[in-house]
Amino acid sequence: MSARRRWRAAAEQEEEEEEEEEEAAEAGSDKEVDLEERLHELDLRSDSDIPDVPPPTDSTPEILKRALSGLSARWKNWWIRGILSLAMISGFFLIIYLGSFMLMLLVLSIQVKCFHEIITIGYRVYHSYDLPWFRSLSWYFLLCVNYFFYGETVADYFATFVQRREQLQFLIRYHRFISFALYLTGFCMFVLSLVKKHYRLQFYMFAWTHVTLLITVTQSHLVIQNLFEGMIWFLVPISSVICNDITAYIFGFFFGRTPLIKLSPKKTWEGFIGGFFSTVVFGFIFSYFLAQHQYFVCPVEYNSETNRFVTECEPSELFQMKKYSVPPLLQAVLGWETVNMYPFQMHSFALSTFASLIGPFGGFFASGFKRAFKIKDFADTIPGHGGIMDRFDCQYLMATFVHVYITSFIRGPNPSKLLKQLLILQPEQQLSVYKTLKSHLVEKGILRPSLRG
Amino acid sequence: LQESESENRLDGETASDSESKSDFGGSPPVPTSDDTPEVLNRALSNLSSRWKNWWVRGILTLAMITFFFIIIYLGPMVLMTIVMCVQIKCFHEIITIGYNVYHSYDLPWFRTLSWYFLLCVNYFFYGETVTDYFFTLVQREEPLRILSKYHRFISFALYLTGFCMFVLSLVKKHYRLQFYMFGWTHVTLLIVVTQSHLIIHNLFEGMIWFIVPISCVICNDIMAYMFGFFFGRTPLIKLSPKKTWEGFIGGFFSTVLFGLLLSYVMSGYRCFTCPVEFNNDTNSFTMDCEPAELFQLQEYNIPVVLQSVVGWKTVRMYPFQIHSIALSTFASLIGPFGGFFASGFKRAFKIKDFANTIPGHGGIMDRFDCQYLMATFVNVYIASFIRGPNPSKLIQQFLTLRPDQQLHIFNTLKAHLVDRGILGSLEDA
Repeated sequence: MSARRRWRAAAEQEEEEEEEEEEAAEAGSDKEVDLEERLHELDLRSDSDIPDVPPPTDSTPEILKRALSGLSARWKNWWIRGILSLAMISGFFLIIYLGSFMLMLLVLSIQVKCFHEIITIGYRVYHSYDLPWFRSLSWYFLLCVNYFFYGETVADYFATFVQRREQLQFLIRYHRFISFALYLTGFCMFVLSLVKKHYRLQFYMFAWTHVTLLITVTQSHLVIQNLFEGMIWFLVPISSVICNDITAYIFGFFFGRTPLIKLSPKKTWEGFIGGFFSTVVFGFIFSYFLAQHQYFVCPVEYNSETNRFVTECEPSELFQMKKYSVPPLLQAVLGWETVNMYPFQMHSFALSTFASLIGPFGGFFASGFKRAFKIKDFADTIPGHGGIMDRFDCQYLMATFVHVYITSFIRGPNPSKLLKQLLILQPEQQLSVYKTLKSHLVEKGILRPSLRG
Repeated sequence: LQESESENRLDGETASDSESKSDFGGSPPVPTSDDTPEVLNRALSNLSSRWKNWWVRGILTLAMITFFFIIIYLGPMVLMTIVMCVQIKCFHEIITIGYNVYHSYDLPWFRTLSWYFLLCVNYFFYGETVTDYFFTLVQREEPLRILSKYHRFISFALYLTGFCMFVLSLVKKHYRLQFYMFGWTHVTLLIVVTQSHLIIHNLFEGMIWFIVPISCVICNDIMAYMFGFFFGRTPLIKLSPKKTWEGFIGGFFSTVLFGLLLSYVMSGYRCFTCPVEFNNDTNSFTMDCEPAELFQLQEYNIPVVLQSVVGWKTVRMYPFQIHSIALSTFASLIGPFGGFFASGFKRAFKIKDFANTIPGHGGIMDRFDCQYLMATFVNVYIASFIRGPNPSKLIQQFLTLRPDQQLHIFNTLKAHLVDRGILGSLEDA
């Protein structure tokens, strides 16, 4: 321990000497200062010593600026945020109207933008913008991982489409091998691109890329899987998170007094609790409206004849009105003995609770991240709000939760995946499986043992 | 005194990295204490230090290989346990390096959290594999059945708890450090834990799928070292100055040959080629089956080119030996990239070895760095080329679906079979 302390003291002394050198050199080009030393300072110095990233430029559109020129800065900010929020929500409704395919595209673009934002922060932190190959490699890895996930999930849903085309069949059959080969190529390129003076930087960026991929790409694919389960499973969670954000902000604005957590000084307990109750009520009401329409409730299927996505089905039990007895406690309050609800509304209760209680931890994580790397916002994409990541930080945990919730409590394994695997089997195996299934179905009375079959 | 000694050694190693002049620029050099066992020290006391090092490495190599054979003999259960221990030790080594780099040993909670995440991820993976292989056992015991039904939810809840604890443990002056360690832990988990579970999957496929790849990597290591030692001249890559092209190519050919021979020997024994199954009645692992086509001798025609060289027209081989060529090729050509990656990592963080666990060799990670890519490759290879999905498993999954889903799948399958002519259009089956 004492040796470490001595070493540390010596290091700190040298650090002080180095700092002056760095300040002088910062005016000059980055390449002159030894990257290794600079990096090491980055590691050892406490957070408060790290120079700030230059503040983001003001990207508010001109129209808004003129319209709001008469207001004070605080109200101006509030108005910009408000208008942009409404704009985003309208955009959201528009895309829902346009259908599942547009939604998938939207999710993909958001994923790419989030990835870009986080990687850019990494570049800035490590001054590694000029690292050879690195930008190409990061985007290449993004492509590989997306290829892998899209092949695993989307291909299942397009099973009938794929069956008809030979080349696609080959790609599907050897999908894992092809994805792995692509990834390996990237890995080997990384190893070959290691440059003597920049080893540490390159490893950091490699790890940064992988963690970012883990966060953004897996979540976006879970969102798409939720979408295929039924658009309601996509809409209600996302809306609950947005509602929680907005109502927590409003409650905090009007009633906020007790700070919630040191990480985000603007959050208050009043906002947190108020947001929780409003989100639960909102979830209830919103699910009630959505559960009535087949468009939202049915699993998304790809119709090979019309080459489009269709959402048509017999609504499952979850979306059929049932009578529930109101517990005696609430009977006195509400005055009803029974109430007509959709079973889905009970699930929406779980979803909203998660969105309000655990979702904010995603926000705290992002706040901590921003403080750690001394940035105010992830990027400047949305005026008044910051980057796309700023809007989506709470959504991440939500997407995984909904997916896990669906697989655990709502439905069993994915039937399309099962079908795909059945179709890959050898003919003899398929025949024996067919016979087993048939005897099982006849036994259960699901299939009548008629000659017609 | 020891610290300065190791610093000198470090400087000598990384002489090509000119920036290592200042000891400020790097993590504190981990003092590599000499923990060679006393008995070896005495036996080799009169040799020069170079030969002594060579002998220590050689003896330890033999010891490790012997140990490997012993645990193979002891069976799948012991193998699984060993894989688990190796995984934990590798995780520990890499995390310790992280602590040393970031001086974050005193960070509140962090050690607890890292081990907690390791536990969560292991719980998740073991749950997924155990449920598949021990299906009947799990279905019998009520608590296990519930755990397996809601497995994903429970794992996710456990992980979330860790995540929330992390967020709550963020301390003002140490945000960056804590995020670094968080990222470090996750990347380590990604590398170490997923690979070890893939190894166990391969093991269940048949012990030959576990033994041949690992042996090929070990053989390549040793052969490349020997060829390099005797014939080495042209350096291979700047990252690892000791590797040479002669060693690389010599290692490649020897490994392919070794793979062919080893597979020939192993394919004859049922205990190696049969999938590992858990027998409910005896509550133990059995490897008993009808050998698959892969492990039955077949006649192959030798291509005309080789006929003149070898002098035979046909040769009797196991089809598995053809696959072993693919495995050995990967082990010799791509496996070393895992080694280069680890070398780069060690240079980046200025360490000579991952740890001191094995005298003369360094840490466990040093021995296993090439194995990682291999495990994933074998798993992907098996899934793509050897076996398709498991029919009995598919039937199990089918039985958990809703009736309307079952009907839909049944009808699609039927249409497919009729389409292919496998099933006559008359309802006869």
